[in-house]
This record gives sequence, C-alpha cells and structure tokens, in this order.
Amino acid sequence: MSLLEVSDLQVKFDTPEGEVQAVNGLDFSVRRGESLAIVGESGAGKSQAVMAIMGLLAENGSACGKAKFKGQDLMQMSRQELNKIRGCEIAMIFQDPMTSLNPFLTIEKQMAEVITHHQGLRREEARAHAVEMLRAVRIPAPEERVKQYPHEFSGGMRQRVMIAMGLLCEPGLLIADEPTTALDVTVQAQITQLVGELRRKSNMAMILITHDLAVVAEICDRVLVMYAGQLVETGSIEDIFYRPQHPYTQGLLASLPRMDRLSDDELHSIPGNPPNLMNLGGGCHFRERCSKVMDVCKDDPPLQVAQDGRQSRCFIEMTDGEIASTETGDSAELVGSGDCEKESTETVE
Amino acid sequence: MNSSADIPAEDPFAAAMAEEDVRGRSLWVDAWHRLLKNRAAVISGVIMAVMILLVLVGPLLSPWEGDFTDWDNTSSPPSLETGHWFGTDSVGRDILVRTLEGGRISLLVGLVATLVSLAIGVTYGAIAGYYGGFTDRIMMRMVDIIYALPFMFFVILLMVVFGRHIVLIFVAIGAVNWLDMARIVRGQTLGLKNTEFVEAARACGVDHNAIIRRHIIPNLLGVVMVYVTLTIPQVILVESFLSFLGLGVQEPMSSWGALVNDGAQDMESAPWTLIFPAAFLTVTLYCFNYIGDGMRDALDPKDRL
Amino acid sequence: MTAPVLRVQDLVVNFTSFTGGILQRKERVLRAVNGISFDLNAGETLGIVGETGSGKSTLARAILGLIKANRGRVMWEGEDLTLLGEEELRQKRKEIQIVFQDPVASLNPRMTAGDIISEPLWTFYPHMAPLQVEERTRGMMKVVGLLPNQINRYPHEFSGGQCQRIGIARSLVLNPRLVICDEPVSALDVSIQAQIINLLKDLQQKLGLALIFIAHDLSLVKHISNRIMVMYMGSAMELSQREALYRRPLHPYTHALIKSVPIPDPKLAARARQDSWLAGDMPSPYDPPKGCIFNTRCPYKVSRCQTDVPALRRMEQGDWVACHQAEDLDLSIHLDSASGIN
Repeated sequence: MSLLEVSDLQVKFDTPEGEVQAVNGLDFSVRRGESLAIVGESGAGKSQAVMAIMGLLAENGSACGKAKFKGQDLMQMSRQELNKIRGCEIAMIFQDPMTSLNPFLTIEKQMAEVITHHQGLRREEARAHAVEMLRAVRIPAPEERVKQYPHEFSGGMRQRVMIAMGLLCEPGLLIADEPTTALDVTVQAQITQLVGELRRKSNMAMILITHDLAVVAEICDRVLVMYAGQLVETGSIEDIFYRPQHPYTQGLLASLPRMDRLSDDELHSIPGNPPNLMNLGGGCHFRERCSKVMDVCKDDPPLQVAQDGRQSRCFIEMTDGEIASTETGDSAELVGSGDCEKESTETVE
Repeated sequence: MNSSADIPAEDPFAAAMAEEDVRGRSLWVDAWHRLLKNRAAVISGVIMAVMILLVLVGPLLSPWEGDFTDWDNTSSPPSLETGHWFGTDSVGRDILVRTLEGGRISLLVGLVATLVSLAIGVTYGAIAGYYGGFTDRIMMRMVDIIYALPFMFFVILLMVVFGRHIVLIFVAIGAVNWLDMARIVRGQTLGLKNTEFVEAARACGVDHNAIIRRHIIPNLLGVVMVYVTLTIPQVILVESFLSFLGLGVQEPMSSWGALVNDGAQDMESAPWTLIFPAAFLTVTLYCFNYIGDGMRDALDPKDRL
Repeated sequence: MTAPVLRVQDLVVNFTSFTGGILQRKERVLRAVNGISFDLNAGETLGIVGETGSGKSTLARAILGLIKANRGRVMWEGEDLTLLGEEELRQKRKEIQIVFQDPVASLNPRMTAGDIISEPLWTFYPHMAPLQVEERTRGMMKVVGLLPNQINRYPHEFSGGQCQRIGIARSLVLNPRLVICDEPVSALDVSIQAQIINLLKDLQQKLGLALIFIAHDLSLVKHISNRIMVMYMGSAMELSQREALYRRPLHPYTHALIKSVPIPDPKLAARARQDSWLAGDMPSPYDPPKGCIFNTRCPYKVSRCQTDVPALRRMEQGDWVACHQAEDLDLSIHLDSASGIN
C-alpha cells in the first residue's frame, strides 16, 4: 500500500512576466519504507512539486491535484492539520540547514520545542531524547554540543542536526531536498551513508530530491526523472541506470563524470539549454535538445506504462518490459485543465 | 562523442547571422513595465505631471498677479463671480495664483535640494564604500560629525553669515540630506564591491574610476531612485517648517509651507486660505510616496515574494 | 621540455582578522595559502582540487594579484608579478584571465552581453574603432557558442550555461595566454557542465592556452587536466600526473577524495564507498593541528605525523606528495575492466 500517492499535481507561479507552469500533471507514489528519488535539472519542478504537497509554496504560487498521505489528502488540509503532519509524520531537510535553524536558540531548545510540541514530553525527557538523537546521527560529544548555537557547528554537522531534528518524532516519510549539495564531497559521503543507514534501521520512506544521479545510485530504490515540469521517466534504480528508455535520461547518465572510468576522455553533453517555462507550448519539451528527435515530436508524446510500473513519456517505444497501457499525450492536458483553486497560504521559512 | 555537440551545427549560426540583432530587455525596462502595472504609482505620476504643468503655466494664464492686492475682495471666499476661484487672503491676494507660485518654490526646493544631496551623497558614499579601509573611516567619521550638528543651528548659522536668500535654503537642506544618502550609498557599495562582477572587472584591468562609474553606480541607482522620491516630500516638508519659523522664503515670494502658515492664522475666519495650499501640499506628498513605493516594488521584485 | 610560463614559489597568503573590543584587540591569522609551489607549462592544464576552505580560490586570486601575497613569488615568464606596481600588473591582465564560479553573479546585470565581452577591449585599447570592437565581440560570441545576434541582450535573458559562455568570452577577448577557471561549472546543471568542460577543452587546444582549472572534487578535473594538485587547508597534499593520481594516489587525502565521489552505478555504489569516507570535519583554520595538517582525519597516521610537518617531496616516478609514509602506503585504486572499483 502506498504511503503517499500524488496524482495530477499542477503548480503554477504568477510572476510579473506572466504565468509559469512549474509542475504539469505529475503522478507518483511512495510505498512504506521505500526510497524514491526525484531527479531533474534546475527548473524541472522537482522541488516545487514537493513544496506544493507540503503547503510550502511561495506566496505567488498555486497548486492543485491530489496528494494522499495515509489516505488523507494533504492538499485539502487546513494549515493547522498540515502543521501537525509536517515535522512529525513527514520530516523535511533542506539544502541549507542554516535557513531552517533559528540562530538565536541553542540546539537543545530547538529540538525540545519540536518534541514538546508534538509529543508533550517534559523538559528533562525532551533533552535526553535530543541528546540520544544527536548521538544517532553521530555527532561527537552530544551532551556538550546540544547546548551550542547553530553557528558553532560546521556545515556537515548542521545538516546532521537537521536530520536529528527531522527524525525526533519518528516520521513515516522523510523528504530531503538536495541535502548534500552544499556540502564538501567527503562530508557528502558521510551524510549520504548516514541517511541510508537511518532509513534502513527505522524502515522510513524517503523522497530524495536531487540533481545528482550519482547520489541516487547509493541510497534509492526507485527514480523519477523530471523535465520541464513533467515526468519523463520512472522506474526501479536498476532500470534507470542500466536500461534507461527516455533519451533525456540516457543523455543525463552519459554526461555524468565517472570516477570509475579513466578511458573516456570526452564528456558527453546534452546540447542546448533547458526550455523557458514561460512559453512551453505543445509537443515534447525535450525535442530541441534530443538526439533522437523525429517529426512526430511536435505532438505531445504519450506516457507509456509497462507492466512492472515503469513509465516513459516518449514516442520511442519502450524496449523493456511489456507495455500495459499508453496514455495519449494530450490526456494529461485535459485532466490538468481542471480548476486550480487551492492557494498556498504560507511562505517558505 | 563529438566535442561540438554543445555548439549547434552550422545552420542556426548561419541563420542567425542573417537575422537582425535580438533586442535586449534591460532591467530598467523591466522595472518600468512593472511600475506601469502599479495603478497607485501611475495615477500619482499623472497627478504630479498635471501639478507641475499647472504650477508652471497656471500663474501665466491667471488674470491675477501673485502680489496684486484686490482691495474690493479681501478675505473673500472662493467664488466664480469675483474671479478668485480659491478666494483671497486678508490683504486681497488671489489664493489660486499664490498657491501655484508657492508650488513652484516648494517643488523647486524639493527637486534642487534632493539633486544636491544626490550628487554629493552618491559620489561621497560610493568612494568611501569602494575604497574602504582608512579612507572610508575618515570619510564616514566626517559624516558622523556633521550629523551631530543640530540642523537648526546649522541653518541659522548660514543665515547669519550669508544673509537670507533662497539659494541658502537649497544649500542648507541639501547639505544635511546628503548625509543620509552617503550612508545608504556606502552600505550598498560595500555589498557591491565584493560581488563577482566587480572582481571580474578588476581582473579585466578596468581601473577604479571606471568600476565605480560602470559597475557600482548603475547597480545602486535603483535604491537611490527610491530614496530620492521619498526624499523630495521630506525636503518639501522641511522647507515648510523653515518657512513656518520665518527662516524660509520671504514675502512676496511664497511656498506651500509659508501659505499654510499664513492660512493657519486665519483658519477660523477664512478657512480657504489654509485648505487649498494644504491640499496641494498633501496631494504632492502622497503622490511622491506612492511613486516611491511603486518604484521600490518595481526595482526589486524579489522583495514582494 | 620548455621552460614553464608560470612558476609559483612558496606562495603564502594570510588573512588577518581582529576579535575582541577596542581595549583587548586580538589578532587572528588565518593562513589561507600556506607555501604553495608549482610550475605550469604553456598549453598545459593544471587541475587544483580542494574542499571548502582549502584555499584554492585564494590561490587563484593571489596569482592574479587580486589579493596580495604575504610571501613567495609568482613568476610569469620570468617576471615576478608580486613585485609589480598597480599599473604594470594591470597590463598583465591582458595575458592572465579568470573565469568565475557563479556565471550570473560574475556578469553586471545592467550591461548587455556585448558590453560585458568588449569591456576589456575598451579598457586596454581605448582608441579601437567601435566597428572593430563590435566585430571582435561578435566573433568571440561565435567562438564560445553564442548566437552573435544576441549581442544586445542582458544577462538575465540568458540561461546559466549561456552566462558562463559570456564569462568565458570576456576572459578570452584579449587573447590571454593563461586562463584560471575558478569552479566554472559547479553552479551549473549536469547536462550543461559537460558542455562547458568540452568548450574549455576545445578552446584550449585551438588557442594553445595554459589553463588552471579549480574544482571542489575530483570527478570533473579528470576530464580536462594534465596534472592535478590536491589542496587541504592551504597546503598542497599531492601534485601528480592525472593517470597516476587516479590509479594510485600517493596521499591518503587524495585517496579519500577519490573514494568519496559517488559512482552512478547502483551495483558498484554501495561497495565502492564502504568505509571509504573520512571521519570528522576539517579542523578550525585558526588553530590548525600540529605536524601534518591532515593528521586529525587520516586513517593511516603514526606518531610522527603529529609532530613533524611533512614536506612536499618528489617521488621516484616524478610526482609530488606531502606525506611521511608515501613509500609505505599502497593506496591503489583497482579498476575493473568492466568499469568499476573493487
């Protein structure tokens, strides 16, 4: 049974220059204990999709669609109900931990706040729990460190604190938005391993949002590739890495620098630039950069769904697995034209 | 894989060569378009344009002179019959003409004093901020010292030394206002000088003066322009205050401040002598504030998110 | 071998900051670059790799003279740049250029692409005919893969990758002999990174440039460098030929850096990074550890590492390393024929 099921998610932003469609008809689900990676370049809409689900869109954004978490639709919830779920049943960690930590409070106070707020523990218990959590994320001398302020921690340590805070209430789902992008490689490796380990231990589901396919290979079970606000391909990690179907995924994989190969000197690159979300128009959004572009690509490509659940939005037929259904390209548009009323009320802190 | 994959094949280049140059859309144009979408600012702008036109041309069209005394109609209320649409004051001068003429002085003071403070403040602040270190410390200490001088004392001192003259009002107000401007500009410059594009300019061998001119000043103009539009009404108010204390413009010249002061004395017997100049003053102040707000939003759209 | 064009010798850059009030002012010295030496030949690419706080960007700026070095020499074709006056140094900018990390922030948002690219031209050749300047600018745009008819556009109308192309065009317009690239692709998307790397490589071959390519990890420098220097807290840990460095790193830190780059292959990923990562964080730069600067995180340290500072010394095969135990450690990275690390 899926823990989170998102269907037909639309996210729009009103900018002075016009409307930007950041996410256009996105469907995905996360099962209990599963770890899903949402991969895409900047502007692909990967962060905005999750922000919309959590009710954290910027003021000029609006979203519609369904996001069922344990059977309840997050998109229909009031702010209070969402607050209860955020930080308790769904934890979030961001790229820059400093933005989500209060610089004027000690780590202990901030962690205790979360615990007392969500679990109603007493102060001493809260502190003991906080120290325990810091130890779990391998912060040395947690009894001492818990009394310090965020600026006394290094970048990697701060991200550990954020993870510890996120895990305080034993959430069922962890959403990590580029958690290691701002960190040094050696620290990045530490954090990636830590997250993977904690997740296995507590059987927590995770959505990892990243632009880095290499990190995905280490800690995720399934991958969803986004481009210009749409899903272009999804599948198990083996499928995506060893048998990518969509030309974009193939290009993305080929353009990764590989430490394990010395021979290939020249890096493969995808030509061109990401499209302007302001005037996307119809057809395949990737066609101008695609190496396998055909005449039909001027039309909206179909979303092919295979028996084993993998999907590819392309005219090129999937060579892998039996195709269960093929959704025509424009049906997504039709569904998406429904009313988009839910305005977000909160800004991102 | 081929290295030129990132450069599209011949065709787009050849095609583009023949094509006209694409026109760029500068940040200023962008800001201008955003400003035009701000209704309050646009209306305020139109009102101010009309006001300035009126103030410049109005007195020429009116049958009355500003210092003409109409003995038949002293302290007469507004009426179309007498030809004094805004009424007259206790010595029979036409309020409409006097308000418009006063507007010239008020707006002129606002504009000139602001320009003076702009010129001094931007140069001073940009230099202090850009060179930093010892230069900065000396320059900003001087600002602090001038700041510590009581403003009124300063004005009176100027009056005593040089005698009362309208130019002195410009100088006095400008001399004080540039301090704020210099501080704002210095702060902005400190931030700008550490940006990568200034470093890039230095790495390209661009000399200091050119960096200040081409890279620093254009990028702080936005903030400066907002500050200027908010300074103009402030200066107009200061002038009114000086006039109120008898340190401002002299009869027969007038300004809105002086008129309001005169009108306030006859408030009960002839309220129109207060209401009309005060209305003009208030509308102007409001308009400038709306324009300033609009410009702030237009120039820095991130602020609104 | 020809004489090197650039010879950096024992370069030291200190940053001094003051803490405490006026009464008890304390001086704190941060040694950002700590005695770096290397040679660079014409047409060669040197990769410099280091994490945050390793001093790699400071080193770049010190070579350019944007930051004053406290000690050491920067010999550019036999002339010591650190001794030059401001105007003489300015003249050298024609020969040594830099490409910055943040493609958007390094372009003045109020100037058009054409103005940005041609600024060095008007600066050094104020009497150049406007038509000639424009022609050269358009030519440069074409060289870096921008459409010349975009000359009047502003930076915010370009994507990140295109902005970086503008930055590269600006650095090349004066025909420099050395270009320092300070993490030119780390702010770009993966698919664009490859474009820029390939462009730089291409240009280097066409124009015979010497290149210093700075990066924060070892994955991208591999594709563009001849030799690679690894820095840690202001010091050089290793300076090796590319092939040798990736096959058999001499310094434990290099080894850890190689191992900590994730491998985009699910089967190899978990295995490759098993207990490969370094424990702990970088120590405070104000209070660096005694002895070898890396000893607090080194898995191979011996007692000597805590007392003696290892000098950067030359090994048999001609590569340089600053480690007491370089001869005894075998840090080979085993490459599978099938592409993988065992």
